[in-house]
Order: sequence, then C-alpha cells, then structure tokens
Amino acid sequence: MSISQILFLIVGAVTLISAVLVVTMRNLVHAALCLIATLFSIAVLFVLLDAGFMAAVQVVLYIGAIAILIIFAVMLTRRVMADGSEQTNSQWPLGLAIAAAALASVAALLNAPVWPALPSVDTSLSISALGKALASPDGYVVPFQIASVLLTVALVGAIAVAGEKK
Amino acid sequence: MVPLNWYLTLAAALFCIGLYGVLSRRNAVAILMGVELMMNAVIINLVAFWRYLQPTNINGQVFAVIVFAVAAAEASVGLALIISIYRRRNSVIADEMNLMKW
Repeated sequence: MSISQILFLIVGAVTLISAVLVVTMRNLVHAALCLIATLFSIAVLFVLLDAGFMAAVQVVLYIGAIAILIIFAVMLTRRVMADGSEQTNSQWPLGLAIAAAALASVAALLNAPVWPALPSVDTSLSISALGKALASPDGYVVPFQIASVLLTVALVGAIAVAGEKK
Repeated sequence: MVPLNWYLTLAAALFCIGLYGVLSRRNAVAILMGVELMMNAVIINLVAFWRYLQPTNINGQVFAVIVFAVAAAEASVGLALIISIYRRRNSVIADEMNLMKW
C-alpha cells in the first residue's frame, strides 16, 4: 500500500465517522461541529486530488460561511428543541433502509473494473487555467456571471424572507 | 495510487449518510445539514472525475465551482426560510410545518 492510499483511508475514515456523527448527534451544536470536521476532511481529499483551489474554496465557503450560518441558525432556534427530546422522526428505520439500499446498489455498480488509472499529468497550472476559463469570453464567463447573479438574488431573497417585518 | 472507485465509494457512502439524515431528522436545521453532506458528496465526485478522466481539461473544476455557488445560495435561502418559520410558528420541527400540506 502506498502513502497516498494510507492517507486516503485515514481521511476517508475521518470523513465518514464525522458524517455519521452529524446525522446521529442529539445536540445540534455538536452535530454542526462534526459537520465542520467532515467539511475539512473533504478539503483534504481535494488536496489529494490535486485540486488546491477547490480545497481553499471548501474551507472558505463551506466552513467559513455555510457551517457558521448553520451554527447561527441552530443557536437562534435553540429553545424549541431541548437536547433531551427525540431527534428522529417515526420513519427513521425506513430512512435507514432506503439509505442502505441506495448505498448497496451504487456500491455494486462501483465494483466493476472499468475505472481508469490516475493519469500522471502536471496539474500545477490548473489554478491559472481555472481562472482563465472562468474569466475569458471563450470559456465560462457567462455561467460564472449567472452564478454571481444567482448569489445576489439568494442574498436579497434570504434578507427579504428572514428579515424583521415592520 | 488511489483507484478512482475508492473516491466514488466514499462519495456514495457520504451521500447515503446525508440521505439518512434528511429522511430521519425532525429538526429542519439538521435536515439542511444532511443536504450539505449530500452536496459535498456530489462535489467530491465531480472533482474526482475531473482528476481521473480529463485532468488537462479544466471544465470539470469549473462545473464544481458553479455547484459551490449554487450550494451557498441553497444554504442561505434554506436557513432564511427556517428562521422565518421559527418566527411565525415558534417551531423548527419539520413534521409541524404542515400549513401547505393537503
């Protein structure tokens, strides 16, 4: 087993264990902290995949923005659900069965030996290529601008929905 | 060298854990955390396919960046809806949000 495989197994185990804790913890603040651990180990996976920019975006956007937003929402809505109350609905065995069946069916497909090996190319220039692709008219400048407009609309909409009504 | 299907299996497992969270949690914020896990599993898949299939072509990463932006929009609007429902009905339990249930 090579170094990268051992690293992958460690990071993958951390990811899955903390993800399981996210969906099973009774205390939602603890669940949100486990979510941060999951997101951070996914950022490490991006580093293993030579996608440094994605790792940075993962840390800045997911951990820095979304996870903090979730912690704020947990704290703002804290009083209604005491930590001792039931956290799962009555259908949780069915939900577990559906999730396990989905995993089993996908895992059966993934065992087929059709997957290509890792191509050894120089990916050190991928960040500048990504920047050029996102900003050049020949590339993806229009989808990029539409994504910015979508974010602005989501921002305005979130303020309009959650803001205090006069 | 890590085979591609290790990444895909990890992403599938992460997706199914998120799916279980979405299906079984009562608290709406916890459901949104499950959605975030599923979204991250999808992004792992996108980046892994980019690295293994087309590493010289940057389009795969562009796709993942756009998915990141959509995920941020989804989380902000979803949490705003939860805060708004909490203000009006004093509850974040998904079973009790039945005003529009037929």
